[in-house]
Amino acid sequence: MIYVKDAKSDYKWNEVGVGGNILEPGTSLEVNTGDWRIFIPKFFEEHCTQCMLCFPVCADSAIPVKDGKRLDFDFKHCKGCGVCYKVCPKIDKAITWEEEDK
Amino acid sequence: MAIRERLSGNEAIATALKQVNPDVVAAYPITPSTEVVHYFSQYVADGKVGTEFVAVESEHSAMSACIGAQAAGARSATVTSACGLALMWELLYVASGHRLPVTLAVINRALSGPININNDHSDSMGARDSGWIQLYSENNQEAYDNYLMSLRIAEHPDVLLPTMTCQDGFITSHAIENIELLETEAVQKFVGKYKPERHLIDGKPMSVGPYDTVQFYFEHQYQRAQAMLGAKKVILDVFKEFGELTGRKYGLFEEYKMEDAERAIVVLNSSAGTAKYVCDKLRANGEKVGVIKLRVFRPFPMAEIAKALAHVKAVAVMDKCDSFSAVGGPVFADVRSACYDLENRPLMINYIYGLGGRDVPVENFETVYAALSEVIKTGKADNFYRHVGVRGV
Repeated sequence: MIYVKDAKSDYKWNEVGVGGNILEPGTSLEVNTGDWRIFIPKFFEEHCTQCMLCFPVCADSAIPVKDGKRLDFDFKHCKGCGVCYKVCPKIDKAITWEEEDK
Repeated sequence: MAIRERLSGNEAIATALKQVNPDVVAAYPITPSTEVVHYFSQYVADGKVGTEFVAVESEHSAMSACIGAQAAGARSATVTSACGLALMWELLYVASGHRLPVTLAVINRALSGPININNDHSDSMGARDSGWIQLYSENNQEAYDNYLMSLRIAEHPDVLLPTMTCQDGFITSHAIENIELLETEAVQKFVGKYKPERHLIDGKPMSVGPYDTVQFYFEHQYQRAQAMLGAKKVILDVFKEFGELTGRKYGLFEEYKMEDAERAIVVLNSSAGTAKYVCDKLRANGEKVGVIKLRVFRPFPMAEIAKALAHVKAVAVMDKCDSFSAVGGPVFADVRSACYDLENRPLMINYIYGLGGRDVPVENFETVYAALSEVIKTGKADNFYRHVGVRGV
């Protein structure tokens, strides 16, 4: 049994799971899909009113919320789609959105 | 004790299915395999099997349902012919790619077009590279035996590839012959329970069929290729065990009077019987002729075929399917390739025969053996792509 959480990208053919089956749940958490990003949002907590309009529209649960407060972006999963930026009442202040400098 | 019966090829498959009592059968009727679905659904209606029968709306759905059921840990099976198999095409690759050991009985029939309901091998030959194991059957007994063995081969942990058991539509599927059946308890004991290591509803979450990225797809295809390579040993082991159980001994192919043969015919399915009959006739005149009847076409027994043909002067490979490659049929391509490494390669010709149910009489094989004599006499097989039984040729 080979689990995704232990997987390495250089696994040999006989070290990857048979037929591409994934044997455990929630493995998307393990995958760095943030590197697809072209644009990047930035979060400025001092301008945020905690209106909570941004986190429900996030296409990838990349806006963590803890104890009723939104936290900074989860950049391992944020694709930079900009939807949170568009809904933000404090656009360009609480959330900015620009081409990512990679 | 074995059961003496007389059954058609379709009844033989339906009986095998009844005795196996698979968890799921999803099937759509198509000539000439319709009877199997008809008989089996009657067994379901009469409570003779515990199978969940899914009356699907197409063969694409039939194979999809089998794949889903097999992924959920159910032993699943289906039956089809011709265009039905063609409609399953996409899913054939999905079943083998996900290493789901579905079993399929193919009642061989010509592909359209023009539409024709009679026998040739254009359906299963087209599926020869879909990662399925393919077994071919000369008669009803072999169809029954091959089907039972196909489950054991498919489900073996070293294989995990789906299997196709083929027989000739109408010729064997509708012809009633004597047959020796195993008792149902013996079948149950032979096939055992299907116990996949993991499946979708085993209480631990898993995913079957997720997107396979550039980083892993190639490795998974290599795994499938290795499974096909390893299948030969399992096939031989299962044949051996079945032989011990029934007294019916099978190999990757049957060598008929090949020991001192100078001319040989390679053929599969029902026409092998006609070839053997002609072989006997010529042998009675002192002619050194033989027949090789292929039983396992995928994996292709390359080294074994080369060895069996190493001492032969000339070979005719029979294809009941034209691959339209302009260089011959699929069986020819593989048999010819198998002989490439031989020190003394036999001369080899290909005959496309019996397409769309064209009768394959004794005379066809007499023509072929005579042509082999001519090939030996001239020492030339340059005109190797031939047809027999076509008017004007």
